[in-house]
Amino acid sequence: MFPLRINGLRFAPPGRVVLDGLNLELGGEGISLILGPNGVGKTLLLRLIAGLLSPSAGQLDWAGKAQPDGRLAMVFQQPMMLRLSVFANVEFALRPQGFSAAERAARTNEVLARVGLAQRAADCARLLSGGERQRLALARAWAMRPRLLLLDEPTASLDPSATEQVERIIREVRTDGAKVLMTTHNLGQATRLADDIIFLAEGRVQEHAPAQRFFARPQSPAARAFLQGELPWRITFDR
Amino acid sequence: MTSTLLEALSLLGSFDHRLLEIVGLSLRVSLTALAIGALIGLPFGAWLAVANFPGRAVLNVALNALMGLPSVVVGVLVYLVLSRSGPLGSYGLLYSPSAMIIAQSMLVVPLIAAVTRQIVEDVWKDYAQEFSLIGLSRSQSVMLLLADCRFSLTVAALAGLGRAMSEVGAVMIVGGNIDGYTRVMTTAIALETSKGDLALSIALGLVLMSLILAINIAIYSLRTWASRRYG
Repeated sequence: MFPLRINGLRFAPPGRVVLDGLNLELGGEGISLILGPNGVGKTLLLRLIAGLLSPSAGQLDWAGKAQPDGRLAMVFQQPMMLRLSVFANVEFALRPQGFSAAERAARTNEVLARVGLAQRAADCARLLSGGERQRLALARAWAMRPRLLLLDEPTASLDPSATEQVERIIREVRTDGAKVLMTTHNLGQATRLADDIIFLAEGRVQEHAPAQRFFARPQSPAARAFLQGELPWRITFDR
Repeated sequence: MTSTLLEALSLLGSFDHRLLEIVGLSLRVSLTALAIGALIGLPFGAWLAVANFPGRAVLNVALNALMGLPSVVVGVLVYLVLSRSGPLGSYGLLYSPSAMIIAQSMLVVPLIAAVTRQIVEDVWKDYAQEFSLIGLSRSQSVMLLLADCRFSLTVAALAGLGRAMSEVGAVMIVGGNIDGYTRVMTTAIALETSKGDLALSIALGLVLMSLILAINIAIYSLRTWASRRYG
């Protein structure tokens, strides 16, 4: 499945070009964060990788194959919640994998405990708070044992406490062996979580660097301008 | 007018045997037709909402058109099929409650299926991508969507029951309105009115309206409770 090589990816709906010749190589470990201005195509890139959209041009190469041979899961910014119990909202995602009912129940209870929702297993998912919903969505994705987990701004509109809980779960998923690729607008979160940063601008990857180096010494003018705009207190960079 | 109304209320108050028999048969026929309509219409409508095949739009339009299917046309079709010279004539179902159930089911299935398709399709737009990534099969998706939309789908069932209970043309043709055997509320109201027995007609009308009102109140209460309980 890894390395994932994205070559010349272009996505051009009628009247505009969003991604234009994007190249990227991803290894199979760690947390990669996609940063970039609004509308640059961060979520779009996740959807293209997930196979939910077809590119106008370019290709994804999954270690020499056209399709990933490992499981892939995605948590959306507004995750879907069925009008069923918290338990059922995780359990249904395991049905296509052919587990027995007992195996599904055991796996569901395990991940619910790991995201701190075991006590709420019987409650209706639609009645959870925003932070709990995101934890439930992460639990659903985690239960599928993905090799690649795609997260689209999983902490958008969450308070700091809920954000911290979600970040803890993301780290645990990484420790469990999944590669995590996520988008965020929260630069503080990027510094806390990211192993490497993928910076998008003008339809391409402008910079792909280890997180520490990216924030200390961004190489591309676009990344420097972005960080100066987003972090007004950081007015000079290490040379 | 007042004396007729009092007579009607007296029939209701005395639990008139004839009246109870008609009400009982009406409920049996309509509820059975509703059960058949729900068994076929709910999964078919949900399947149509998630399916993607050439001609789907044509099928949707046809299904919507069938919602307005005239009941007398269905009555004639079922009559032709069940009559002695028809393909199912040997079963001897014509002029029986079974024939009435068949006719009402034919009216109810497209109605429930069309309403279900619309309700599920609206939800499916939000769920399709996640279901696709999870790898759910079409049948698994249909079952989950039906479970998720179960409270909204009470509207489809309600519409089906309303159509079945208020229907008169088809059951008149295939049931024959036989006293004590195939006479239901709507056919009895039509007959008794033509005979001038307005008291029984009004009493049956009151029962019919009360039943429909009671069912609507029950469904409304269920939805209100569900909204609080399940969000």
